[in-house]
Amino acid sequence: MSLTGHQVVPGPGGLCQKGWTSAELLRTPGRLTTPLINQETATWDEALQHIADKIKGYEPDQVAVFGGGGLTNEKAYLLGKFARVALKTSQIDYNGRFCMSSAAAAGNRAFGLDRGMPFPLEDLQNADTVLLAGSNPAETMPPFLQHVKNANLIVVDPRRTATAEMATLHLQPAPGTDLALALGLLHTAFIDNRIDKSYIAERTKGFDAAWRVAAAWWPERVERVTGVSVADQRAAVELLKGNAYILSGRGTEQHASGTDTVSAWINLALALGLPGRKGSGYGCLTGQGNGQGGREHGQKADQLPGYRKIDDPKAREHIKRVWGVDDLPGPGRSAYELLDALGDDIKVLLVFGSNPVVSAPRAAHITEKIKSLDLLVVADFVLSETAALADVVLPVTQWAEENGTMTNLEGRILLRRKALDAPEGVRSDLELLNGLATKLGQPAERFPTTPEEVFAELRRASEGGAADYSGVTYERLKTEKLYWPVPSEDHPGTPRMFEDGFAHEDGLARFVPVDHKGPAEPPDDEFPLQATTGRVLQHYQSGAQTRRVPELNKAVPEVFVEVHPDTAARNGLAHGELTNVVSRRGTMTARVRCVASMRPDAVFLPFHFPGDGRANLLTNPALDPTSRMPEFKVCAVRLEQA
Amino acid sequence: MRRVVIIGYGMAGARLADEIRRRDKEISITVIGDEKHAAYNRVLLSTVVAGTMTPDSVLLHDEEWAHDHGIELRLGEPVTRIDREKRTVSLGAEDIPYDALVLATGSRPWVPPTEGLLDPDGVMAPGVVAFRSLDDCERIVDRAQPGMPVAVLGGGLLGIEAARGLAGRGCLVTVVHPVGHLMERQLDPGAGRVLARTLTDLGIEFRLNVFASKYLAGDGLALSDGTHVPAELVVVSAGVRAETSLADAAGLTVDRGVVVDDALRTSDPRIHAIGDCAQHPGTVSGLVQPAWDQAAVLADRLTGAAPGSRYKGTSVITRLKARDVDLAALGDVHVDVDCPESEVLCFQDPARGRYAKLVLREDKVAGAILIGAPDAAATITQLYDRGQPAPTDRLALLLGRALPSEAASPADLPASAVVCRCNTVSKGQIVSAWRAGAESVGAIAEVTRATTGCGGCKDAVCGLVDWLAASQPQSA
Repeated sequence: MSLTGHQVVPGPGGLCQKGWTSAELLRTPGRLTTPLINQETATWDEALQHIADKIKGYEPDQVAVFGGGGLTNEKAYLLGKFARVALKTSQIDYNGRFCMSSAAAAGNRAFGLDRGMPFPLEDLQNADTVLLAGSNPAETMPPFLQHVKNANLIVVDPRRTATAEMATLHLQPAPGTDLALALGLLHTAFIDNRIDKSYIAERTKGFDAAWRVAAAWWPERVERVTGVSVADQRAAVELLKGNAYILSGRGTEQHASGTDTVSAWINLALALGLPGRKGSGYGCLTGQGNGQGGREHGQKADQLPGYRKIDDPKAREHIKRVWGVDDLPGPGRSAYELLDALGDDIKVLLVFGSNPVVSAPRAAHITEKIKSLDLLVVADFVLSETAALADVVLPVTQWAEENGTMTNLEGRILLRRKALDAPEGVRSDLELLNGLATKLGQPAERFPTTPEEVFAELRRASEGGAADYSGVTYERLKTEKLYWPVPSEDHPGTPRMFEDGFAHEDGLARFVPVDHKGPAEPPDDEFPLQATTGRVLQHYQSGAQTRRVPELNKAVPEVFVEVHPDTAARNGLAHGELTNVVSRRGTMTARVRCVASMRPDAVFLPFHFPGDGRANLLTNPALDPTSRMPEFKVCAVRLEQA
Repeated sequence: MRRVVIIGYGMAGARLADEIRRRDKEISITVIGDEKHAAYNRVLLSTVVAGTMTPDSVLLHDEEWAHDHGIELRLGEPVTRIDREKRTVSLGAEDIPYDALVLATGSRPWVPPTEGLLDPDGVMAPGVVAFRSLDDCERIVDRAQPGMPVAVLGGGLLGIEAARGLAGRGCLVTVVHPVGHLMERQLDPGAGRVLARTLTDLGIEFRLNVFASKYLAGDGLALSDGTHVPAELVVVSAGVRAETSLADAAGLTVDRGVVVDDALRTSDPRIHAIGDCAQHPGTVSGLVQPAWDQAAVLADRLTGAAPGSRYKGTSVITRLKARDVDLAALGDVHVDVDCPESEVLCFQDPARGRYAKLVLREDKVAGAILIGAPDAAATITQLYDRGQPAPTDRLALLLGRALPSEAASPADLPASAVVCRCNTVSKGQIVSAWRAGAESVGAIAEVTRATTGCGGCKDAVCGLVDWLAASQPQSA
């Protein structure tokens, strides 16, 4: 199979190199086609029996599940049900915690609801100005740029990224100081009389308290902390008029203060009167294929399907009824905390659609934790770095080999249809879960194996929840554009949310008073540089898939570190040489790329590479108190000769 | 339970109370302020004068603050005495006991000895207002009318901010300054001249090197050189003096301010001082950053959150808050360009209101003045604050950002240059595709996938196609 150009993404369409080459993955020579026990081939029955026998010896909460934001809605849903019903464990979380959890938490507290973009992507085409806070779609989501090509683009990024190059205005804050910048822009908007007082009065609560904090962030102070000039702060506020959107990405969210940082951006949007108004708004650019849907259906430690809270008694009753069970576990550990408990409180881990050996912060430590498990089970379609450590590897289907729905960044549900049969020996994740559940004594009908059956159950489970899919059917998805909530089959879906009111009971949005604290690990004499991590265009996530596509791997074959030429010279390094990048948590090796637009005090590392090239050997697992997001985007490092 | 009593509810006292409460929910905190209203942000007073903020919007706390944070707040009553033996402070008839006392009494305006500025009883004469408190600003705003002649006494940082704010309101402002150039503490004469020229263009007049000898209400100021400045309002911004009267009376060591050590202790170890009333060798008074840094250190110590915390001083960066004037000054700037111990760069463009001076020692920023160079100001203050070496490209540093590179002609691009980022398509691949017969953008897209991602490279690919077509020998 190969891909040809087609209307495959929202809006005008277009594919980057990853999209064009995605068919390569279907015939990758590294494809797993047989289960492995201790890296030796086994039958499915042997493998599942082995797992089930082992699991039976443990208390429920000693067994954990780690999911992924790339799984379809059906898989994410059934995985959550499997954990809570078949394993009876509270210990399930997923790599989406490392993705947009800060934006989700901030969206919930401001609007009473989190849908990445509460408006269709096409709306951006009529924008006068779009502010991208910590997002680099020119590399991470190139087709997105077609929607904003007519707008003034303000890019907030410590690096002069490909996206920043296109911007009308690039604000280049020091790593970890976005929150101060957002507070400063609110301050400037206030003194320049650009805030929307009637909107604030009619549609929001809590402005005064938020203002008291922002009042202490006058532009000159903000400049000193962030390095963004007073003139540029003014220019940004000046541009944010008319139809304006503020969009956040991982750069601003993946911090120990990520939730507060997003709240600061939302506060700015609210002060300018943007959210819930046609032609303007706030949104979060989701990072993974199913980053939105993945967080709605119960693979998150604190959630049940339909974006319900697991500690809400009404939500629990509803889900118990749908699942036909008498009891449900409560909330469990967040992703990093779960991984950090491996080998101690948790003895067995089942991993689906994730590669934490490469993608978790403080990766060397987490790898040791993973190795200390009694049993590690990994379901994947290639032998990822995590799968290579597994006691049992289960070969599963991939994208074109199965039906399933995904929910994209705008809350639109998409049906991804099967295009070809999976290789012999491979099972779908749903079949896997069914097989394992029955070996654990569950009735087979409780774990359906076809996506459409699972989806039908997901619809019932989500009914009445925030993310209500009850009116969505596969049939409708073949012809209709449906944005959740879709509470009944004759409901047209909800492309634009909040126009008549926000999701809090009183219909008002909330300002949240948040203050800047700075990075959890400031630079010092021992570690004088700040490392920030991110993506390159050619690779996806931990690179387990894209590094197996020759064309992509040829374009970016190995990890590099972007360094200002002066900084390289001061460390005795030249372009093209290898250097060790060292933090308090570990050392990784990368090839020096001299980039004149880098801040001399910062370095950049892509996180897609394995072994000694793992950027996450360096990263700091300091967690956001609300979202439990680790501080991926800034840690203190130094460069050493390799 | 330990009792902390803070005298002074200004920026330092308010911050300290917040910092203590953030670290310790239990400890008893009493804050005593002699003004009636909540603490306010003094840094923003110039914006109140300029009219971009209302007095209400510069308040640091709302009315519920003390209640919400379990803080005893006593407003509108001055402390009359500190009894170090009994460890109490007297508030009217009441004695309030303390375990730790903090002086955050700030400073008061210094009024020059100009005849007539003060009434015989020591209060400001009619038409004379200090530029110091929120009440002062309200008085200034009430009086100032468009077209009204106003004199500002003092061409320091705050005097200029007040002057700029008043000029923005349409007042006819004259600044009287006894030194030969403005902001002489922070600027060298060249920078002072550029600043004066910029402000003159904004409608402000200057009388330098003279002082006001006499004030006549309703008329104006007689100057020391025999000339006269009309003024219906005189704003005094000639400097401040630390408010140390309580400390003096209590017998604490006082110099220009209450002398404190790195633990912010006065000569009585149970009494501390922070902010403008304190004198610490590591900083100068009159700025908020040192007060906030001190509040954080003292809160660490008083709550025991970090008993070893020490105040080591605050590097001072002066940033003028005046619309249409971008000025930053920091460190040691009174250095000649040919000084052998330093590397000094200087750029002057008075006609466009630009002046940049950079003093480097051992590759690090030792001082700088930047007027009309906003990007450079942002970059250089960060280098100074973080103690980082300056980039080797000094010119780019003075400019603040690297110049955008010129758009290259397709002919100049190397074959390896990536044209389509989304699909990693190089110029070489496009040229090969063209030679193989893909002679349009669409055909090239088909073969190479260039332009099929974000579409941003379409112009570049068109340019290449045109260039390739033009480079072909014309067929007859």
